[in-house]
Amino acid sequence: MKEPFHPKIVSFLCKWCTYSGADLAGTSRMQYPPSILPIRVMCSSRVNPVFVIKSYLSGSDGVLIGGCHPGDCHYQSGNYHTRRRIAILKKVFDSIGLETERVRLSWISASEGSKFARISEEFTGKIESMGENPTKKKVFL
Amino acid sequence: MDYLLRVEKSAEHGLIDFLKFLLENDRIGGVFTLRKTGADGAFDYGLIHDTALLEDAIPLHPFMPVNAAQDLSHFASMKKPIAVVIRPCELRAFIELVKRSQGSMDHFLMISYTCGGVFPFDVAVSGEPEKELPDYWESVARGQIFPKTRETCRACEHFVPMNADVTVSLIGETVNEVCIFCIHTEKAMHLAEGFESKRIEAELESPAIETLRRERQEEKKKLFENTVIRVNGLDGMIDMFGKCIGCHGCSRVCPICHCILCDFESHLFDYEPSMIEDELYRKGGVRLPTDTVLYHIGRLNHMSFSCVGCGMCTEVCPAGIPVAAIFMRTGEETAQLFDYLPGRDVEEEVPVTVYKEEELSTIGED
Ligand code: SF4
Ligand code: SF4
Ligand code: FES
Repeated sequence: MKEPFHPKIVSFLCKWCTYSGADLAGTSRMQYPPSILPIRVMCSSRVNPVFVIKSYLSGSDGVLIGGCHPGDCHYQSGNYHTRRRIAILKKVFDSIGLETERVRLSWISASEGSKFARISEEFTGKIESMGENPTKKKVFL
Repeated sequence: MDYLLRVEKSAEHGLIDFLKFLLENDRIGGVFTLRKTGADGAFDYGLIHDTALLEDAIPLHPFMPVNAAQDLSHFASMKKPIAVVIRPCELRAFIELVKRSQGSMDHFLMISYTCGGVFPFDVAVSGEPEKELPDYWESVARGQIFPKTRETCRACEHFVPMNADVTVSLIGETVNEVCIFCIHTEKAMHLAEGFESKRIEAELESPAIETLRRERQEEKKKLFENTVIRVNGLDGMIDMFGKCIGCHGCSRVCPICHCILCDFESHLFDYEPSMIEDELYRKGGVRLPTDTVLYHIGRLNHMSFSCVGCGMCTEVCPAGIPVAAIFMRTGEETAQLFDYLPGRDVEEEVPVTVYKEEELSTIGED
């Protein structure tokens, strides 16, 4: 029998917003899928696109970047820069024929525990429908 | 303020005379130009103060030993202005460096020319590149692509310089008979004052330039289509960059890649043996050197929007990877996201250093 597919989603979460939102989801005992593997960063703009590419090429089925809503970044403009970087990253992926849908940027505030749970659900569902990241099977990558 | 000056000499001799004039009248401190290095057709860039050394200058020859932009950033603030003779893509690359605080335009008299493209290294260092020159200049006169130029030169539509003080008109001209300068700036006008030449009523743009632009655009379309076929999807990437030996030559010669703390030169990707072992058992094998695909996708993210398509990276790649075509194509797409054109305007900021509050609304909103 084929093992069921449990996606792994490396998630870079801004400490001030999304990571706290995830905490809130936990302390409020909301259900969200175990696929999310959180990595706490000081700001979404700490995420060098290379981290995302490395996660993708290392077999992460999806990569989530979570930051404060536009205008709410604790360092004023970090998330605006993140938005440009992710736009570029998706354009690069698209241009070389990689799956852009495996990368997702979401704005989730510290009070949006339920949004965190919903996005985790949705993104996990999306990745499940896409199947495993093909990079997993590529030995010599 | 553009106006044209005509000198009844070959383009190269007219230009050398002009440079000599500037040096002899003490209007500049030096000339940065391509020069012959030896008898066997070798060439390099040099900075010249002694006018006797201009003997060996070959400012308009279709060679590009390095993209000059990085050289220029090393002497961006000298006491006296330096006259620089470089190609349009080198000038564009320098503008990109100026935006990144790696240089300044102030100290240079930028001389460029309508460019017919450069020879790949194998032609340029063949020992007899001179053999190709008559045919090359004939193509230039007709406004046609010379087939033996670099792949990205053949596909380059920005061969009329942007931001030059002076443009030497080559496309559409009989270069061994006449030298035509287009003076664009006041700086150039003052420096050129008293230089023996005839002012003529004409424009730099010409039917030959239009023809060449159309041909190049056609060629670019073909090159990009061909690149999509060669580099498509994960398998395409692995096929292409599986050949990469990880020498990082392509970023060393890239004028845009100036960062001293490049991620890929750092210890970020020096793995502990245990990490390699982990991958070995997890996947059953490990490719070495590691991360060649990562390196290229990473660079595409970091700098492709500033790629000027000079072709240096393809030239130096020992594995025969068409790096420049790949960067030029994806670069055009990433630049278009922000209506950006590398090297167009010093005031146009590098896309990753600025942002707008209202933009890219489909990313992040849900
Ligand atoms: S020059 Fe070629 S082999 Fe060297 S790192 Fe670049 S692509 Fe790889
Ligand atoms: S990526 Fe290659 S073609 Fe583009 S600017 Fe750098 S060296 Fe030139
Ligand atoms: S602090 Fe949250 S995105 Fe910058």
